[in-house]
Amino acid sequence: MAKKLDIIQSHFVPLPVENIDTDQIIPARFLKATTKEGFGKNLFRDWRYRNNDEAQPIKDFVLNNPLYTGSILVAGKNFGCGSSREHAAWAIADYGFNVVVSSFFADIFKNNALNNGILPVTVSERFLQQIFELSNEALLRINLFDQTIMIGSTGASESFDINPYKKTCLMNGYDDIDYLLSMKDKIQQYEMPITKSLNQLG
Amino acid sequence: MSKTLFEKIWDKHVVSAIKDGPSVFYIDRHFIHEVTSPQAFNGLNKRGIKVFRPQQTIATADHNVPTLNQHLPIQEEQSRMQVEALIKNCTAHGVELYGLGHPYQGIVHVIGPELGITQPGMTIVCGDSHTSTHGAFGSIAFGIGTSEVEMVLSTQCLLQTKPKLMRITVDGILKKGVVSKDIVLYILSKISASGATGYAVEFAGAAIRSLSMEARMTICNMSIEMGARCGMIAPDETTYAYIKGRKFAPEGVEWDKKLTYWKTLFSDVDAVFDKEYHFDAADISPMITFGTNPGMGIPITGTIPTKDTVTETDRNGLEQSLRYMGLESGNPILGQKIDYVFIGSCTNSRIEDLRMVANFVKGKRKASNVEVWVVPGSKQVEQQAIQEGIDKIFEEAGFILRQPGCSACLGMNEDKIPQGKYCISTSNRNFEGRQGVGARTLLASPLSAAAAAVTGVVSDIREWLN
Ligand code: SF4
Repeated sequence: MAKKLDIIQSHFVPLPVENIDTDQIIPARFLKATTKEGFGKNLFRDWRYRNNDEAQPIKDFVLNNPLYTGSILVAGKNFGCGSSREHAAWAIADYGFNVVVSSFFADIFKNNALNNGILPVTVSERFLQQIFELSNEALLRINLFDQTIMIGSTGASESFDINPYKKTCLMNGYDDIDYLLSMKDKIQQYEMPITKSLNQLG
Repeated sequence: MSKTLFEKIWDKHVVSAIKDGPSVFYIDRHFIHEVTSPQAFNGLNKRGIKVFRPQQTIATADHNVPTLNQHLPIQEEQSRMQVEALIKNCTAHGVELYGLGHPYQGIVHVIGPELGITQPGMTIVCGDSHTSTHGAFGSIAFGIGTSEVEMVLSTQCLLQTKPKLMRITVDGILKKGVVSKDIVLYILSKISASGATGYAVEFAGAAIRSLSMEARMTICNMSIEMGARCGMIAPDETTYAYIKGRKFAPEGVEWDKKLTYWKTLFSDVDAVFDKEYHFDAADISPMITFGTNPGMGIPITGTIPTKDTVTETDRNGLEQSLRYMGLESGNPILGQKIDYVFIGSCTNSRIEDLRMVANFVKGKRKASNVEVWVVPGSKQVEQQAIQEGIDKIFEEAGFILRQPGCSACLGMNEDKIPQGKYCISTSNRNFEGRQGVGARTLLASPLSAAAAAVTGVVSDIREWLN
């Protein structure tokens, strides 16, 4: 069971880069674990450290800038494209983000985020730019129930879409597997006429 | 009511629809591999449940395996542990595993079709985004995350929202030296790396119809690079002929029954798509990427775009891309020096790809400044290549024929491109660091890769064809 989400008010970490792919979020060489924990320390690994060396942090990369904090990551358009690795969502959650704001999310990433208690908030390009122009002290307030995102200092706000089913899941900390397992009878009924030909390879 | 190909398959697989929510969607075939499955099995074990339909799941080891000396234990400890976890999990749950050393082992998206497991009308998933490859057979096939792998293992179902539908039609006749990889890189360069996000894409038109199954797979494979949920091509005689006689293909009465069904799988004439694109095959040249997303492609004789000539979506990323790639706006890409040539990955590692390369390099030698790796997509491809003497041709050319796996496609196993080196690659992603920290990837067709192998620089294959 994931943590319940409702109202999130926090500073944010801006990453105004478009098309951030999951290979950047977590490079393939860190996918060798067989558990879900501990990926946060390698989040954006190759943008964070020079020569893959933790002793050489890249100063202008935002995660290395102590002025930027908070549980909200704000990124450019088409966030999470590329590989389907759920490790990207695990790394983001493990690092401590529970919301990602962008003007566009890649499909698989969006699903993976939702399945790990991370709320993807899609805003207009204009609103995204407004956020990027804010100072590090600004607060964002996200109300999942009302489906709104507001900039604390200016009061500017926008509403966002979320699938009602997913919203219920996030607000209650349910997961899809619980739901699907409760559907077993129905699944078996569905299978009945086709089981014969499907249950063998070929 | 008229329906698209996608809708015909989709409708048949909806178990139940949640009000205002996604549908419970039934999965016919599930492929798993060592990297994205261990956490899913852990989840099952935590809940104390077994795989629901083990006969519908097939496992292989591909992402993390070495491609030399596969008979020896895997050196790298974590890789070995992942592969061992896969063996343990498959044994405990009764899942068929084609692991290292098995005659059917290979890249998951190569072995599914080659064994006849992938068939028209099916729903197919795998914890790997290039599952879209299987759509070439007229199936709904898409990549999923590990939580979803766990869902399929435990219930054979997923929660899915129906995507929007797009059709990309490519009519006309391909020019000499232009192959299916060029078609897909061309489409990507036109619609961008996010051009099909949220859509299921059907590829249609005379140029697509004229392609072999293997070439069709290359196109569907890279539909994910446009952001598509899946890519698909309606099955036809080419499809049936490919499947017939394969290991898990239906036989006898079962074949006739399935064939009758398969023949209903096409988009009705007046079916409606949310978005359509049309391209003419005659406009397509051999393509190559210059940047760090697969939409950043140009004709091989073109020049590297400047801020003013690049597409809107790529403008912001252009500078960072070129800095990473060590390339300059306005320069031609032809003649760019290459250090590595990688012919492999689920995009281009099938026997046709290897034949195409062998045909060209026969009697030629690789340039002295390049290292050339050819990595067959599967054990069966490797065996076939040996039978046809392709391995000898490669050897004489100075190419190294390695053993099956994902290899340098993703910089996860031992095969990595060193920092700062240029690699012309037949794989599907040119992201920063994809082939290794600091590696610089130029995506192209097997033919263009072969030409570069021989000259040591980016070269136009058409110069040899006249
Ligand atoms: S070859 Fe590359 S793209 Fe294909 S499955 Fe392996 S890692 Fe993924």
